[in-house]
Amino acid sequence: MNDDQRSLCLDRVEAGMPYAVLQVRYPDAAADWPQRLEELGFLPGERVMVMARAAPGGDPLAVRVGHSTYALRRQEAACVQVKPWPREPA
Amino acid sequence: MNTAVIHLHPSGPLVALIGNPNCGKSALFNLLTGSRQKVANYAGVTVERKEGRYLNAAGKTVRVLDLPGAYSLHPRAPDEQVTCDVLAGNAAGEKRPDLAVCVVDATNLRRSLRLVLAVRRQGMPVVVALNMADRAERQGIHVDAERLSAELGVPVVRTVGVMRDGDAQLRRLLDDPALWRRADESGAGAAAAAASTRGDHETVHGILQRLGLDRLVAHEPSDRIDRVVLHPLAGPLILLAVMFLMFQAVFAWAEAPMGWIEAATAWVSEGASALLAEGWLRSLIVDGLIAGVGGVIVFLPQIVILFFFILLLEDAGYLPRAAFLLDRLMARVGLSARSFIPLLSSHACAIPGIMATRTIADPRDRLVTIMIAPLMACSARLPVYALLIGAFIPQRQIGGLVELQGLVLLALYLGGIGGALAVAWVLKRFTQAGRQVRPLMMELPQYHWPAARNVLLGLWQRVLIFLRRVGGIILALTVLLWLLASYPAPPEGATAAAIEYSFAGMLGQALAVIFAPIGFNWQISIALVPGMAAREVAVSALGTVYALAATGEDTAAALMPLIAQGWSLATALSLLVWFVFAPQCLATLATVKREAGGWKWVLVMAGYLFALAYLASFVTYRTALLLGAG
Repeated sequence: MNDDQRSLCLDRVEAGMPYAVLQVRYPDAAADWPQRLEELGFLPGERVMVMARAAPGGDPLAVRVGHSTYALRRQEAACVQVKPWPREPA
Repeated sequence: MNTAVIHLHPSGPLVALIGNPNCGKSALFNLLTGSRQKVANYAGVTVERKEGRYLNAAGKTVRVLDLPGAYSLHPRAPDEQVTCDVLAGNAAGEKRPDLAVCVVDATNLRRSLRLVLAVRRQGMPVVVALNMADRAERQGIHVDAERLSAELGVPVVRTVGVMRDGDAQLRRLLDDPALWRRADESGAGAAAAAASTRGDHETVHGILQRLGLDRLVAHEPSDRIDRVVLHPLAGPLILLAVMFLMFQAVFAWAEAPMGWIEAATAWVSEGASALLAEGWLRSLIVDGLIAGVGGVIVFLPQIVILFFFILLLEDAGYLPRAAFLLDRLMARVGLSARSFIPLLSSHACAIPGIMATRTIADPRDRLVTIMIAPLMACSARLPVYALLIGAFIPQRQIGGLVELQGLVLLALYLGGIGGALAVAWVLKRFTQAGRQVRPLMMELPQYHWPAARNVLLGLWQRVLIFLRRVGGIILALTVLLWLLASYPAPPEGATAAAIEYSFAGMLGQALAVIFAPIGFNWQISIALVPGMAAREVAVSALGTVYALAATGEDTAAALMPLIAQGWSLATALSLLVWFVFAPQCLATLATVKREAGGWKWVLVMAGYLFALAYLASFVTYRTALLLGAG
C-alpha cells in the first residue's frame, strides 16, 4: 500500500502519537518475552502509544496499549513492531 | 518448613477469586470477607495465601480464596503458577475450588475477558464479577451485564469493591444452589482445543464489538497526573520529596509512641521486680522476657507508620511509578526498582524492610533484596555508632563547614548502602540467575483514591505478622540469650562481672581468639553475644562487662571515657565497620526464615555477612595500625 505500512520498533517511535501493533518479534535475549507481551495485550491491530520516557536515556518507557499502561524497558519495547495508526475520522 | 501452611481445611464450599492484577480483586475480597481473613503462605513457596469466609443467606459458611493476580493461565512467576495450580486442582495441600469468580475490570474488558475465557476452559462453574462498574460508568463505558452474560455463557454481576454493599449482587447470585451444580457446557470440548492468546483476543474483540464497547476511552485524570509524575525532571524530584516525607514521618511520628512503649516496658519490669522475689525467676521475667520483647516491640510504631505509607502509595498506584523512575538505577546492580522501597525501609529496621519484599514478584530479586536488606544501617545501630563516634572521633570542623563526627556517621551509612549495592552487583555478575535478563513489563495502573478499608486491613495484617514473630521465635531466642548470659552463676566471692562466668562469657572468651586479628578485646567479644538480641544491647552489655552500675543512656556516658582510654582508635574503627556489616540481630534472622522460606537462607545470610564484616574489619584494623592508630 503506501509508506504508512513501514514497520517501526516501539522503542523508537514518537511519544504521544498513536501506532498500531503489527507483530511481536522474538529478540535474541529471551524466548518467552513475545508470549508475555501478547498476554499483556500487545496483539496485532491494537493501538499503542508511548506515554512517557524515563530520563536519562529514555529507558524504561511507559506504553499504553488498549486500556492498559505498562512500563517496558527499551529491549522489551523493541520486540513490538508497529506502524502509524490510520488517521482517525474527525 | 513453612509453619503457616494450612492443611486442615474446614468444610464448606470454596470460592476462588481470580483476576488480572490491579482489577480491584483484593478490595472485593476485603468487602466480601471483612476481617475474617487468614494470611499465610502457599505450601513450599513464598507466595501469600489469603483466605476469608462469609455467611451466606442460608447461614452456611462460604470459604473465599483470593488467588494471586494473573494476566493469563500460562504461568510466568511463582504467584501465577499458584493461581494455575489451584484452579487445576494441582496445588499441594489445596482443595480445588468449587466455583471461580472472575473479577474483571469493567474499564478494561479487553484484557480482563481473555482471562475469563481461559478460566472458563478449566471446567468449573464460573461467575463474572464486573468490578469497578461505577468507574466505568463515569468514563462513559456502559456495559450491558445481561448481554455480556449471554455472550460469555456465564452469569455476570456488577460489583464495586470500594463501596459498602458493592458485593450485594454477587452474594445474592452465590446464594443460588443451582449455580454451584451447573455443569459447564463449554468446558471439556474447548479445553481440548489449543487455546491461544490471539484466538482469545479475536473472541473478545468480537464480543466487545457486538456490545458496542470496542472503543478506546482516554484516561484523562490519570494521564494528567502522569505527565507530571513521570516527567524526566519533575518526576524524580517528586519521588525524592515523597521519600523524604515518609522517612521524616517514620522517625518523627514514631518518637512519641516509642517513648510510651519504653516507659511501659520499664513500668512492667519495675512492677514485676517488686512482685517477684530476687532469684532466677525474676531475672528470667525481667531481664529475659520483658527486656527482650520490649526491645523488639519498640520498633512497632516505625513499622506501622512505614507500612501505612507503603500501603497508601501502593493502593493509590504510585509505587509502580516510583519503580519506573528508579528502574535504570536498580537494573545496574541486577535488581528491579521494586527492591527500592524495601531497601529504603530497612534504614528504619530490616524487619519491615524484609516484610515489604512481598511486593517484589520475581523470586530471585526478592531473595537478593532480603539478603542485602540488613546492610542498610537500621536505627538500632545508631546507639552503637553514637557511643563509638563520641568516644573516638574528635569534635572538629573540617573546612569550617562539615562536622567530622557527622561525616563519619554519614560514611557508615554510605558504607552500608555501598556494600548492599556491591553484593547485589556481584550476585548479578557471578550467578547464573543474575546474568539472565528478566523483563520489567510492569503495569502502571490508573490512579485512584486509596480505600481506607484496604489500607487499614493491610496494616492490621502486617502488625499481626510482626507480633506473631515477636511472640514466637523472637521470644524464644531472647530467653535463650538470657540463659546464656546468666548461667552458670558466678562463684562465691567472685570479683569480676557476673557475665564473665556465664556461658556467654565463655563464648565471648573463645570468640576473643577469633576476633583478636581484627582488634577486638575479650570485653567487646563478650558484649557481641547479647548484642545478637538487638544491636543496641551491645552498649548495655559493654556496660555490664565493664562492671558499670549505670543503666540506660547513662551507660553510654559512663562508658565513653573508659573505652576512649582502654581501646585503640584502630579497634574502635574496626568495631564501627563490624557493625556496618555484621549479622547482628536475631529478630531479623527470624524474619528471613519466614520470608525466604527456611533456615538455609538464614545460614547463608549469617555466613556471608559474618565473612564480609570480618574481612572489612580486618582491612580497617590493619590499615589503621599501619597508619599509626594503634
